[in-house]
Amino acid sequence: MVSSTRNDGFVVFEHVQKSYDGESLVVKDLNLAISKGEFLTMLGPSGSGKTTCLMMLAGFETATHGEIRLDGRPINSVPPHKRGIGMVFQNYALFPHMTVGENLSFPLEVRGIGKADREQKIRRALDMVQMGAFANRRPAQLSGGQQQRIALARALVFDPKLVLMDEPLGALDKQLREHMQFEIKHLHETLGITVVYVTHDQGEALTMSDRIAVFNDGRIQQLAPPSDLYERPQNSFVAGFIGENNKLPGTVEEIAEGRALVRLATGELIDATPVNVSRQGQKTLVSIRPERVEFKPEMLPPNAHLIDAEVMEFIYMGDIFRTRLKVAGSEEFVIKSRNTLGQRMLEPGEKIRIGWAPQDARALDPL
Amino acid sequence: MADATADLAAEPTGRLTTADGRPLKTALARAQARARRRAFLLVLPLLLFILVTFIVPIGQMLHRSIHNDGFSANMPLLSQWFARTEPGTAPDEAAYAALAADLQAAAKAKTVGVVGTRVNYEMPGTRSLFTSTGRKARGFEPPYREAILQADPKWADPTLWGTMRQVSQAYSPNFFLAAVDLARDNEGNIVQAPPERRVYLMLFQRTFLIAGLITVLCLLLGFPVAHLLATLPLRASNLLMILVLLPFWTSLLVRTTSWIVLLQGQGVVNNTLVATGLITDQNRMQMIYNQTGTIIAMTHILLPFMILPLYSVMRPIPPTYVRAARSLGASSWTAFRRVYLPQTLPGIGAGALLVFILGVGYYITPALVGGASGQLISNLIAFHMQDSLNWSLAAALAAVLLGLVLILYWLYDRLVGIDNLKLG
Amino acid sequence: MKTALVLSSALTAVAFAASAEEITVMSWGGAYTVSQVEAFHKPFTAATGINVISVDADNPATPLKAMVEANNVSVDVADVNTSDAVRLCDEGQLEEIDPASLPPAPDGTPATEDFLPGALSDCAVGNIVYSMVVAYDASKFPDDKPATIGDFFDTAKFPGKRAMWKSAKTTLEMALMGDGVPAAEVYDVLGTPEGVERAFAKLDSVKGQIVWWEAGAQPVQLLADGEVAMTTAYNGRIFAAAVTENKPFVAIWDGQVYEYDLFVIPKGAANLEAAKKFVAFATGTQPLADQAKWISYGPARKSSGPLVGLFQDGKTEMAPHMPTAAANLTNALPSSYEFWVDHEAELAERFNAWLAN
Repeated sequence: MVSSTRNDGFVVFEHVQKSYDGESLVVKDLNLAISKGEFLTMLGPSGSGKTTCLMMLAGFETATHGEIRLDGRPINSVPPHKRGIGMVFQNYALFPHMTVGENLSFPLEVRGIGKADREQKIRRALDMVQMGAFANRRPAQLSGGQQQRIALARALVFDPKLVLMDEPLGALDKQLREHMQFEIKHLHETLGITVVYVTHDQGEALTMSDRIAVFNDGRIQQLAPPSDLYERPQNSFVAGFIGENNKLPGTVEEIAEGRALVRLATGELIDATPVNVSRQGQKTLVSIRPERVEFKPEMLPPNAHLIDAEVMEFIYMGDIFRTRLKVAGSEEFVIKSRNTLGQRMLEPGEKIRIGWAPQDARALDPL
Repeated sequence: MADATADLAAEPTGRLTTADGRPLKTALARAQARARRRAFLLVLPLLLFILVTFIVPIGQMLHRSIHNDGFSANMPLLSQWFARTEPGTAPDEAAYAALAADLQAAAKAKTVGVVGTRVNYEMPGTRSLFTSTGRKARGFEPPYREAILQADPKWADPTLWGTMRQVSQAYSPNFFLAAVDLARDNEGNIVQAPPERRVYLMLFQRTFLIAGLITVLCLLLGFPVAHLLATLPLRASNLLMILVLLPFWTSLLVRTTSWIVLLQGQGVVNNTLVATGLITDQNRMQMIYNQTGTIIAMTHILLPFMILPLYSVMRPIPPTYVRAARSLGASSWTAFRRVYLPQTLPGIGAGALLVFILGVGYYITPALVGGASGQLISNLIAFHMQDSLNWSLAAALAAVLLGLVLILYWLYDRLVGIDNLKLG
Repeated sequence: MKTALVLSSALTAVAFAASAEEITVMSWGGAYTVSQVEAFHKPFTAATGINVISVDADNPATPLKAMVEANNVSVDVADVNTSDAVRLCDEGQLEEIDPASLPPAPDGTPATEDFLPGALSDCAVGNIVYSMVVAYDASKFPDDKPATIGDFFDTAKFPGKRAMWKSAKTTLEMALMGDGVPAAEVYDVLGTPEGVERAFAKLDSVKGQIVWWEAGAQPVQLLADGEVAMTTAYNGRIFAAAVTENKPFVAIWDGQVYEYDLFVIPKGAANLEAAKKFVAFATGTQPLADQAKWISYGPARKSSGPLVGLFQDGKTEMAPHMPTAAANLTNALPSSYEFWVDHEAELAERFNAWLAN
C-alpha cells in the first residue's frame, strides 16, 4: 500500500540501538522508513521501546548507535528545538501560566514571526480544532478534551512537517477518545502532515494509522497496514496483541500448496494457512479470529474440516453474541456471531460442530 | 426521584421547605453550623496560642513605643500643671510647689530614678539632677522656687522645663521621632537630630540593602540546588536534601563560629591563599568583622529557607513542560526563562520573602561577625532592649521595622500577588 | 498501701526541700560563676542547709528588670554592675539591704567602714572589683613591649590590630587616657562636648584597626587566634588565659578602668530572708578572700585583701593580679556610675552612630 508505493524515506531509522544502563538494549537494531504524509503508529506494550524511539526522534534521547534521518538530513546531533518537529504529549504539557493564545503564540514567537502573522496563524490553528472562542482562557479552565485540542493546535500552529504524538488520548474517557481519533485523522488528511503516533491501544492504532509498527522487546515485530496486521499477523505475538484470537496448539501433519493440516493435541485435524511453518512435524500455534469461526455447516466451504465443540457460555452483547466453547480440551475458545435476523442463540451444554476457511486459520510459531 | 421532590414541599411563597415544613435555608444553615462549631473548637487552642504568644506581645510592643508614663505617673501634680498651662509658660511658684511635692512623693516611693530616666532619654545628663534633688526633697519648704534652685540651679533651665512638658504626656510620638533620627526642640517643633547622633535611618537603609543582597545571593545559589534536588532520582535527592538541612541541625552559634574560623585574618581561607601564594602574608583579606562577614554568614544560614520552598514548587513541575517548549522551538535558555522560571515564581516569592524578612530581623550573626560596618538595625534594637534598657525606643524601632516589612509585603502583594506564594 | 505511704512521705519530703530551703542566684556565667559557686554557694549551703540554684545571664540586670516589671520574679539574688545596681535601685526595682546587717570584719571593724568606697549602696553589696585592662600578646612584640594605655593607641610604634569592647562605657574613658588625660580628670573632660570630641577623635585614629567584641570570652579568643595583637579585656579573663592556659598574654594595668560587681535582691523575691542571709554570708571577709582563689578579681572588703593567697594551682600568688593591688592603681580609673547614669543614653547613641558610619 502506501508503504511500498511511495516511501520516500522522510523519516528513517537505520540500525538504531538504545541503551540506558550500558547493560541491556531497550531498542535493538531498529530499521524503519516513514514516508511523507504517512500516519505511522508505534504500538506495543509498555517497555517495548516505542516511546524511546519517539523520544530519540524528538531529540530528548540520543541514540546509542545508528542514525536517524529527517528529510534526508541526519539529526542525531541536532538539538530538539532545531528539528522543527511538532509534539503532542500524553498530559498535554500546556504551559499553565499562559493563556491558550499565549501557548499557541509561543512557538511562533521563538521563531521570530511578526505579530500580525502570529495572530493569523493562531486564529487559524484554533479554528482548525474548533476552539476559536477560547484564546483567552487558561489551560486549567478547560476540560481534558479541550486541552487536548489546544495541545494539538499548538503542535501544528508553526506548520511542522512532522508531528509526534505520545499517547495523546490516554487521559480521555472512551467516548471522547473515539471522537478525537477521528478528528486527528481528519487533520492529518487535510493538512497532509506526517504523523508518528505512539499508543498501547490497538483499537486506536487500527482506526487511525496508515501503517502500524508493532513493538515488543525492543524490536518491530511487524510493520503493516491495519488490515494486514489484523488479518495476516506474522507471528504469535502480533496475533495475540492485535484483536481477539483463539489459539490451538498442534503439529503440522501435512503441508502443501499454501495449505496445512494440523493435528491438535486431542487428535482432531484442522485446516490452516502456513505462515511460520514450512515442513511436516513442526510444532505450531494455529490462530483463528473469533468472528471467522462458523457453526452453521452451510456457511462453510465444502472441503473444510469440522471439529466438535460444546457450548460453555453464551453472552448477549447487543450487536453481537459471544459464545465460549470447549474445543480440543480448552474451554477458552470464543466465537462471535452478528446479531442478524434469525441468528441462533446457542444454549449452554449444546453440542455443535465448528469450522473455518483455511485462509482464516494461520499456523504460526509455537511461541 | 419522585420521593425526593415530595420531601421538598414548596411553600406558597415559592420558598423550598424540608419535609417537616422548615425553610430549607434555615435547615441547611443549622446543619452546617454544627460542623462549623466543631471546626472552630478544633482551631480554638491554636487561636488562643497565637493570641497569647503573638498578638498580645506585638500589641504590647506597639503600645510601649508610644506610651511611657515614667514621668506622668510619678509626677502627677507637675503633669497637671503642664496640662493647665500653655506651652512655653515660664514656671511659676505653683509649678515649683508641684515639683517639690512630686519629688518628695517620688523619693519616698523610690521612683525618682524612673522619672529621671524618662527625662534623660530626651535630655541627656538630667537623670542625676532628679535623683540628687530627690534625696534633698524632704527638706523643701516654701517658697519652693528658691528652695529647689538652691538645691540645684540647673532647675532654672528652660530647656529642662520644655523637655518635662513633652514627657509629661504618657502618650507621645517622641520615641518614633527618635527612631527615624528626628527630635523635638524647646518649642516642640520636629527637627532633625544632630548629625553625630543620626544613625537609625542609615541603619534601616543598610539593613534593607544587605537583606536584599542576601536574598539575591540565596536565590542565585539556591535555585540550581533546588532544581537539582527536584530532578534527581529520589534516593540521591534525599541524600542531597540531608546536606541542605544539615545546617538546620547545627546550632546557630556553632555555624557562625565556624565562619569566624574560616574567614578571619589568620583563618583557613586566608592561610590557604597565603600558602598557595595567591596573596602575600601582609595582604590577608579582611572577610570578617565587616559587611562581607555578615553577608557570607547570613547567606549560608538563610540558604535552606530559600531552597525548601523552591524545591517544593519545582518537584511537581513535570519535565514535559520544558520538553514541550524545546519541541516548539525554544532553545534551552528560552525554555527555562519563559516556561520553567515562571512556574517557579511562587517558590521564588515565598523563599525571597522568607529570607528577606528573616534577614531583616537577624542580630546574632551580625553581632558576632559584622564588626562595626556589618551592624544592622536589629543590633540596635537588641542594644536598647539589653543594654540601655530604653524599651520604648526599642519598641519604636521594632515597630518602624515591622511597618517597613508590612509595606514591602503589601508591595509584593500588589506586584506578584500573595496567592502566588507557596511555602511548601 | 505500704507503697502509697512511702511514696507520699517521699513526695512530702521533696516538697519541703523545694519550698523551704532554696534560693536562686543569677550571675554572669563562665569562670566567674564557678568562682562564686566554689567560694559562696557551697559554703553557704554547708553552713545553713539552704540550697543554692545557680543560673546565668549575659547581663543579669536585663532579665531582672523584665521580671520585676512583669511581677514574676523567679530569682532571689542577682549579681549586677554598679550602674545597673544604682539605676534599678532608683527605679524601685530592688529590695533595700541594711549595711548594719552585714557581718563586721574579723577585727571588729563595722561593715560600713570595711568595704571599699562605693561598694555599698542602698540596695546593693559589692563582692568583687573587676577591671577592664589592655592586654597584649607578648610574642607579637619581641623587642619593645607596650607598657601604657597610650601604647594601645599607638599603632605606628606597636603595629597590629586591636580589639575593643563594643560599648561607649570604658572605651571612651580609655580613649581619653590614651590621649594623655590623667585618670583623675577623665570624667571632668568627658563631661564637656570638647572632651567627647576628643575621645572620638582618638578612636577615629585607630578605627580601621579595631575589631569590636561583645562577649567577655571574645577578646581572649581574638588574641589566641592571632587576629589582634592587643585588646581590651576583663582582667580575670586575661589572667585565666595566661596562668591556666599558659598563653603569652600580659595585662597593662596603666589606664585600667575598674568597677564593682554587686549582689542585689529584686523586689518581690520569693525567699527574701534566705536571700538576705546569702548576701550577708557571701560578702563576709573570708568568702570574698576565698573567691580570689578561683578568679583574679579583687575582693570588695579591705579586710579580705591580706587573706588572699594562692591561686587554685597552688603556686601563683594572687595579690599582684588583683586590680586593687597598690602597684596596679597608679593610673587607674574607678568607673563612675553617676557619670554613666546621666550620659549613657547620649554617649551610647553617639557611639553607635560613630560605629555605624
